[in-house]
Amino acid sequence: MKATNEDLVHAIVSLNNIKKSFNDIVAVNDVSVQIREGEFFSLLGPSGCGKTTLLRIIAGFESPETGDILINDKLVNSTPPNIRPTNMVFQNYAIFPHLNVQENVGYGLQNTKLTSKSIKNKVDEILDMVGLGGFNFRSSSALSGGQKQRVALARALILKPRVLLLDEPLSALDKNLREQMQFELRQLQKSIGITFILVTHDQTEALTMSDRIGVMFDGIVDQVATPEDIYTKPATKRVASFIGNMNFFRSNILSSTAESVRVESDLLGVLDIDKVNIFGGSKAKVSIGIRPEKFKFKKPNGGKKVKSLAGKLIQKTFLGENLLFSLDVGKKANKVYISLTPSGEGAYPKVGENVTVYYSLNDLLAYFEV
Amino acid sequence: MYKTNKLLKIFVIGFLIFLYAPAVLLPIFSFNSSQVISFPLSGFSTKWFGQLLNEDTLHDALLNSLIIAVLSSALATMLGTLTARAASRYKFFGQKVTMGFILLPLILPEIILGVCLLTVLIQLGLNLSLWTVVLGHTLLILPFATLILLSAFNNLNISLEEASLDLGMNAWQTFYKIILPMVTPGLISSLLIGFVISLDEFIIAFFLTGVDPTLPVYIWSQLRFPAKLPSTMALGTILLIVSLILVSFFEYYRRRIEKYSQALTRGK
Repeated sequence: MKATNEDLVHAIVSLNNIKKSFNDIVAVNDVSVQIREGEFFSLLGPSGCGKTTLLRIIAGFESPETGDILINDKLVNSTPPNIRPTNMVFQNYAIFPHLNVQENVGYGLQNTKLTSKSIKNKVDEILDMVGLGGFNFRSSSALSGGQKQRVALARALILKPRVLLLDEPLSALDKNLREQMQFELRQLQKSIGITFILVTHDQTEALTMSDRIGVMFDGIVDQVATPEDIYTKPATKRVASFIGNMNFFRSNILSSTAESVRVESDLLGVLDIDKVNIFGGSKAKVSIGIRPEKFKFKKPNGGKKVKSLAGKLIQKTFLGENLLFSLDVGKKANKVYISLTPSGEGAYPKVGENVTVYYSLNDLLAYFEV
Repeated sequence: MYKTNKLLKIFVIGFLIFLYAPAVLLPIFSFNSSQVISFPLSGFSTKWFGQLLNEDTLHDALLNSLIIAVLSSALATMLGTLTARAASRYKFFGQKVTMGFILLPLILPEIILGVCLLTVLIQLGLNLSLWTVVLGHTLLILPFATLILLSAFNNLNISLEEASLDLGMNAWQTFYKIILPMVTPGLISSLLIGFVISLDEFIIAFFLTGVDPTLPVYIWSQLRFPAKLPSTMALGTILLIVSLILVSFFEYYRRRIEKYSQALTRGK
């Protein structure tokens, strides 16, 4: 029911079969994505996956070789950046060094018919909004990284764009400031209601800020979904291993019915996996994936669905929010990772102990080998 | 180690004396009352400077030199701007070779350049005049202007231009509001260095000027008359001071270019 509602939302940016290459390298390969009006959309992927190129195509700095791009239902393939209803926050902020904060933020309004007094008022208003009230006459070289970021944001938002494009805007900030800005950006986006498209290689950033995420690898968008779905139901093996951690077990397919597929793996034995948890084509081999936090040391209730795996605990790593155990399961030197949230209650197994861990069949995901 | 330090000091002092003694002697003798250029000094006088005021040919030569310096530095800066922009933003066939040819006058002996230019101009049937000197000086200054402006344009981050376009300005507005102010220190240094080079250039001016002498050509002609030597030294003193001031300005603006480029990367 949720899905049908969301499908009705108007697509503000429509990318249809976009392709772009530089010399012989394909940066964006036949990408089609619909970005909905008013959402916080993230393009997530490792460096060099083409996410920045895709953002620059939306901004108008690059033109696609094939495919169409529509912004607000208008074809903008050959519309230059200064006419598009988009504004961008650049990775290095691109603050004009010869202008002060006031002149930087009001820069885009010079082209309008506004009087200098009303420009001044608008600048004051937007500076207050980004938390830089009273910074009007500060020289741009006297700004810290975080302040430059806010100026860049104010300078783009003052033009009231339909879509705000953000190219790794937080990557240059230190951890605490980055987390604070993530929160503020998210709040800001919800309060002004402008569509944000964020490019990032930081999965935490994408997961915490976005309404939806598009995960990109080698110029291809593998999956577009909500953060929850990206994490719990990654559509491809590379999405599964890029977002969070995942244990993989190579398996062969034995048989398949309407609801499930029977597979056999060296470590897990023979299992029936629900078809909804299987992704990809139909080959003879699959990889079974399970998140480290899905393993339990205590046997949960769940009847036939609960399976177990035995091994020797070889390492315990404290990571702050959780504990990571490595389990040696013998066969083929495959290490299995198990993650636990420390509760402070009860003793954990010690390194060197032989333990049995439990998992539910529902937590298994299967990917056909390419 | 202590010993080498001492030797190094002596070397540096000797080196500086060798370098600057002639420049120091120039003002000393220009304030000397005797007509003979030799020690001991006979007395303080400013009469040689006074004499300069009455030399009409000198005034004409100075005016000629100023016109040539202004025009050729402006022309070379304009051409250098186009060259630097092309070299810093675009990749085109034969780019390196073209840049090499533009910078060639840097290493070409001036006397050869002068002879070649003279031959070409005569072949073209042009009369020698101040304009031919302007052309010659433009050619000579262009490599300097190009190198200075190239550093200004290379320091100009392309995302600034993109940001301006993104904020609704067209290419011309972006050039006027962003690129031009950002490269202004480069333009000023290029104009200043071009002006100084043209002002004291002798060989090409000597070959290409017709009946109107430039200042260096005038000074050279005055050396034949021993009586004119002290006032020539006074003139030299003035030129020295003017050049120092101009080069200081040049250095100031050159540092501004660096400051702009640092401002972009700082606080990232």
